[in-house]
Amino acid sequence: MIDFALLLFLVVCALAAIQMKDLLSAIMLLGSYSFIMAVVWTRLNAVDVAFTEASVGAGITTILLIATLSRTKRREMGQTVPLVNSVIYGVVVMLTSAVLLYGTIDMPLFGDPGAPAYQHVAPRYIEKSYEETGVVNFVTAVLASYRGYDTLGETAVIFGAGMCVILLLRRKI
Amino acid sequence: MKEKPLSENIIKRAMTRLLVPFIQLFAFYVIAHGDIGPGGGFQGGVILGAGFILYVITFGMDEGRKRISRTASDLLSTAGVLLFAATGFACIVAGGAYLQYASLPFSSPQLASHLAIFVIEWGIGITVAGVMITLYFLIGREVQ
Repeated sequence: MIDFALLLFLVVCALAAIQMKDLLSAIMLLGSYSFIMAVVWTRLNAVDVAFTEASVGAGITTILLIATLSRTKRREMGQTVPLVNSVIYGVVVMLTSAVLLYGTIDMPLFGDPGAPAYQHVAPRYIEKSYEETGVVNFVTAVLASYRGYDTLGETAVIFGAGMCVILLLRRKI
Repeated sequence: MKEKPLSENIIKRAMTRLLVPFIQLFAFYVIAHGDIGPGGGFQGGVILGAGFILYVITFGMDEGRKRISRTASDLLSTAGVLLFAATGFACIVAGGAYLQYASLPFSSPQLASHLAIFVIEWGIGITVAGVMITLYFLIGREVQ
């Protein structure tokens, strides 16, 4: 029951954020969208993802978007979309979502232990990760040890993003 | 907007002074505790950066730069990645593959791996916090 309520809030937040002409309100709505998403992750027992969503999605992204907004105008410029375009967009979106919904029919049930995703490497992580890495939380074991290269790459991406902003915006280096 | 700057509002100043140490302590906890509970370098680093950004929002950019200079935040951003990469190279020196923590010379492979993961979590956290602080200083503009 609560899952449906959360998903409903999620959709309402997303729609409201799209409709909002006031960009500050839209950013706030996106922040609450991320926060509800974090609760959904918690409901799915994915606490690490929920933690990331709450701190990165709801926290720092909102701050950085507001910081960006301080350099631009607060209101969206009023430009009306022609009716023909709206109809075309609507048809494309509906077709895409129909295809996506059709795709979910073949998916395994939620939490089905026989699902392919749980058959490949997941048993190894669950059974051997403590032995092999000495870390209790196997999400951390996967991130830091089994997929160490990925994590190093992600850190380098964040570092690179920071350097790019410095090169672009800093007057004197 | 002809309001007084945020830094003159006594309630915001007092609340920020009260909250920032706890936010930063929580960030350190999240980074250091990533191998046992949920959390880790990314989340902890973001919280660390956000705590500092709260300070900068309340007290202003100049006051914030007194606390963490431009050189300091640049060094933080760089030091984290270097710490991570250096841990990988230490594994090569110890005779393993790059980032093969178990080859580090500690009493057991598990202990070596655990300690190395602890170190790289700090590396991630430091870089993320440094970059977030830098981004805010560069993108944000003070509304007077």
